[in-house]
Amino acid sequence: MDITILFYLIPSLFMFCCGLYGFITRRNMIAILISLELMLNAVDINFTVFNRFLFPGQLEGMFFSLFAIGLAAAETALAIAIIINVFRVSENIDVADVTKMKN
Amino acid sequence: MSPVIPLLILLIPLGMFLLLGLLGHKMSHRMAGVLGTAGMGVTAVLAYITAFTYFFSGNPDFVDADTHVRLQALIFNHDWLAFTEKLVIRLGFLLDPISALLLVVITTISFMVHLYSNGYMRDHHGVWETGFQRFYAFLSLFSFSMLGLVVATNIFQMYIFWELVGASSYLLIGFYYTKPSAVSASKKAFIVTRFADLGFLIGILVLSFYTGTFNFTDLTSTEVAAGVYQINEGTAEGIKNIFATSAAPVFMGGSVLTWALVLIFMGGMGKSAMMPLHIWLPDAMEGPTPVSALIHAATMVVAGVYLVARLFPLYLMETVALDIIVVVGALTAFYAAMVACTQIDIKRVLAFSTISQIAFMMVSLGVARPEFHHGLGYMAGMFHLFTHAMFKALLFLCAGALIHAIGSNDYTAMHGLRKHMPITHITFLIGCLAIAGIIPFAGFFSKDEILTATMGHSIFWYIWMSAVAGLTAFYMFRLYYLIFWWKEHKVPEGHHAPHDQPWTMTLPLVILAVVSCLAGFVPMGNLVTWNGHEMFENVNFFTNLAALDWSVAGISLAVAIAAIVLATVMYKKENPLPAKFKNALPALWDWCHHRFYWDELYQFITHKIIFGCISKPIAWFDRQIVDGTMNGLAAVTNKLSWAIRGFQSGRIQMYVWWYLIGVVVLAAVTMICVL
Repeated sequence: MDITILFYLIPSLFMFCCGLYGFITRRNMIAILISLELMLNAVDINFTVFNRFLFPGQLEGMFFSLFAIGLAAAETALAIAIIINVFRVSENIDVADVTKMKN
Repeated sequence: MSPVIPLLILLIPLGMFLLLGLLGHKMSHRMAGVLGTAGMGVTAVLAYITAFTYFFSGNPDFVDADTHVRLQALIFNHDWLAFTEKLVIRLGFLLDPISALLLVVITTISFMVHLYSNGYMRDHHGVWETGFQRFYAFLSLFSFSMLGLVVATNIFQMYIFWELVGASSYLLIGFYYTKPSAVSASKKAFIVTRFADLGFLIGILVLSFYTGTFNFTDLTSTEVAAGVYQINEGTAEGIKNIFATSAAPVFMGGSVLTWALVLIFMGGMGKSAMMPLHIWLPDAMEGPTPVSALIHAATMVVAGVYLVARLFPLYLMETVALDIIVVVGALTAFYAAMVACTQIDIKRVLAFSTISQIAFMMVSLGVARPEFHHGLGYMAGMFHLFTHAMFKALLFLCAGALIHAIGSNDYTAMHGLRKHMPITHITFLIGCLAIAGIIPFAGFFSKDEILTATMGHSIFWYIWMSAVAGLTAFYMFRLYYLIFWWKEHKVPEGHHAPHDQPWTMTLPLVILAVVSCLAGFVPMGNLVTWNGHEMFENVNFFTNLAALDWSVAGISLAVAIAAIVLATVMYKKENPLPAKFKNALPALWDWCHHRFYWDELYQFITHKIIFGCISKPIAWFDRQIVDGTMNGLAAVTNKLSWAIRGFQSGRIQMYVWWYLIGVVVLAAVTMICVL
């Protein structure tokens, strides 16, 4: 049995949907951040897979993934810092309760 | 002639206005009064010099050496606003017979009034009226505007000053601005004359559009006058000038020139209180009495007459306009005389008398034709303007003295004053004799000329105007008897009996009375004629009387005497005759007493028809539709914003939800489209 592109895309789709579901339904900000990472990684998989199957001689997709991973790391660090600060202020990291900046 | 004196005639009153207006409150009342009076006195002297130079110096600028025709002389004419090559508005000083005459009239009366107001504008204890300085400032402003009007070199300058006199009249009528009736009277005067000036402005624009000029010297030069003369004589083929173009286009059955002239006359009707635009003048009596004498009797209200006289050669080209003037004038004269017979307020009687007399001048201009006595009517109108200014100012100033002494405008509060106020009595009597047209007082000569001119035009209007002249004598003597005869009122305990006023008030009365006695002998026919030609041979100050046409003069004299006799019978003593008269014709009396309900008619037209049927729907449209649209837009935006503000909740997960739904919907739509 040949390994077709679908063998990669279906898990990545599943990962993305899980990430989306988690992003929408979780209340904990850390959980939301994790879901976000899940979605990003699903997209990274897609980049590499498309590069591998459709344009085998080129490397743009691979590099794009690398960049995305780097950016994701930076973004995660920033988000964690924000979450920690939010926790310090409100002792709570429930996204629904972070309403101090309103009004 | 050097332009210094004419310039000073305009600049002194203007400077006095600025001085008294800006610094008046810093100086004492007496100082302000003396300054204003002195300024006007100097102006008067300068005006006399100017007029004398114009009429009698024989200067070739002013009178043609060969033909002895008086010329229009531009003393100076300064380009003020140059819009295009043709559209230039100039300010200048035009000297011709009528402007010289008016200079004399205005400065004389204005000086008298300035002097008189020194006494009038303070009460019996010598306390000055509040706003005394302001009063003098406005008087100076008025004098300046009126002088600027009469010496205007072009119709636009005239219009500017025309509005200025209107504005100063407004300011002076509303001088007692704490009195509601004075405020509404000033408003009424301003609005009515302003409405008339709309016609005037349109007329100016039409006329200048077709003739291509504003200048009086182009519009009414002696050559134009000569051309008109030939046309009326039937000898000329046509005038080869600017009017060839303006007479041709026809609009609604009249040539453009006719329309322009009628519209310009409308402006004159407003200022000169011709029916149906007369309603503001009786109310204008709310102003201080010296103001009534100056503005609403002698000078400003004759501006309309002056306007017609100024453009007279043009009017001669379109005699339809002149016929309209005759009809309007004759109806107004009769109407005002009827109303004057029944008024109680002495100033109202004089106001209606003024309307009636101005209408005489209008009729006189209207009937003037070159073929009859070389345009006698024109001369007569100007003559009457001159004499009327003198004796009507006299009558008003007498009325002011009476009001000042009694403290009321009603003749019912007066009665029997001849013993208490002898000077006022004599001068008032002279004024009455003058206006009634008794020889040898001023009014006799001018009115006689008017009637002669009218007879030359139409017998019907001659009889009509003679009847009005009779009425004039009747109502003036009715007033005279009611004020000075009858049984006097008892003076209440602790009050002084009424007495003659201080010299500042009596001196003008005496001077004007003397002028009213003598003014008729001025040989006006040799001074003021429509085309500058001398009218009579060998007539001077003394032979005037001998040159009378007694067939007309005798009749008018007889009518006047009959009317005076009638007034004497009815009003010399308290008797039942007037009441009987009134009861015999109650409807007529009622209509006259209520001024033929003109004010009510205007009230009805403005409030019920204009406000009710036009203004209200427009206001409704403005509020409901125009404002409503804008308010509606705002309200819809507001409501919508409130409705959708929940979307912007700040909850990031909701945003993602909506985003997701959006993506799914878009994807679905795309797929449907693709498939």
